[in-house]
Amino acid sequence: MVATLNNIPTEVQRILETVTDPEIPVLTIVDLGVVNKVEIHNKNIYVELIPTYTGCPAMDVMQADVIQAFEKAGYTAKTKLVLSPAWTTDRITEKGKAALKTYGIAPPLNAIADKAALLDGGKVVACTNCGSTNTNLVSQFGSTACKALFKCLDCLEPFDYFKCLK
Amino acid sequence: MDNNLVYQYILSLGDNAMILGHRLSELCGHGPTLETDIALTNISLDLFGEVRNYFQYAAALKGGDCTEDDIAHQRNSRQFYNCILVEQANIDFAYVITRQFLFDVFHYLNLTQLQNSTNEQLSAIAKKSIKETRYHVRFSTDWIKRLGDGTEESHQKMQTAVNDLYVYTEELYTPSATETAAFEAGFGTNIASLKEPFLNKVHQTLQEASLTIPDLPQRYAKGKSGFHTEQLDYILQEFQYMQKTFPNMQW
Repeated sequence: MVATLNNIPTEVQRILETVTDPEIPVLTIVDLGVVNKVEIHNKNIYVELIPTYTGCPAMDVMQADVIQAFEKAGYTAKTKLVLSPAWTTDRITEKGKAALKTYGIAPPLNAIADKAALLDGGKVVACTNCGSTNTNLVSQFGSTACKALFKCLDCLEPFDYFKCLK
Repeated sequence: MDNNLVYQYILSLGDNAMILGHRLSELCGHGPTLETDIALTNISLDLFGEVRNYFQYAAALKGGDCTEDDIAHQRNSRQFYNCILVEQANIDFAYVITRQFLFDVFHYLNLTQLQNSTNEQLSAIAKKSIKETRYHVRFSTDWIKRLGDGTEESHQKMQTAVNDLYVYTEELYTPSATETAAFEAGFGTNIASLKEPFLNKVHQTLQEASLTIPDLPQRYAKGKSGFHTEQLDYILQEFQYMQKTFPNMQW
């Protein structure tokens, strides 16, 4: 059967949710929104993933992790990276955004607020440590392709911001 | 669709991204500040992501055992179709930023059109990469203005870099035989139509940065037809070293 993302059988869903982003271990691939399609034929699973950033090395690891997670549960899995539809940060679930924040990465804002924060020095990104929006952009590019580096001017904590990608 | 023409066209798209990506990767650990170092290598990573998508598709078109790595590593400089601009050396930070800015403006305009390609795969790659390219344009435009309108020394260095690199820009919006054929076949972009928006954006930014638009003759540049400056051979010597030394080696 071809499962849409809303009717994936519980067991398959549970296995998918054990696979996390290798660089952001609190975020499952389901919450990251990179699972595009799942096909189930008895014990054979086909999973389509869509890459976040084109050059992100985590995508290779995620594919290997999906295959391994299903093998452990007695399935044979195949994965494929597809480019269409292009991933956007809107695909990150609310649960995923909350997990990012707890982990110390400010979740993506909407496109207008994001532009203000990254281009016009707008103080709109909330510090993940103290919640203040009195924060400054340090660099548009951070430790991974998806993040920018910010600093809180109140508690002085540096933190990552997950850039809006649309 | 003529697969051979699509293949040739993909090379011209992919080689620009790969050669500039390599130039930026040379700066890993050498950026003027940690944040800039990370930014330049991030952009490099985006470009390599883009070229992998192109070359994986090209390898599939070629069929047989061909892989993306074969396409990257088993061609010599006469078989590369990148424009001359992207192979120019990292002389100093002003050159790095100027080269980046000029390419980013072109890259963004070209991907904007490629999104509407009749070739679904090329359209999908463009839709994916343009989101990242938007960040590249912001980054390089910002630096052009900061340095051009900065101190007397930064202004002088920027003007020197602009004078040396602007002379290679005509090639960007002058279609090669492959680009013309791809456009006529419906899946390629209309390169000549990029001239006006390219010059508008570049001139406007240079003016805002208080830099002078060079009044210099454009250099003869036929990189897109496979005729390169000596710079490309230095790049390929390093980039392809392992495959040339140990043919078909794998990690």
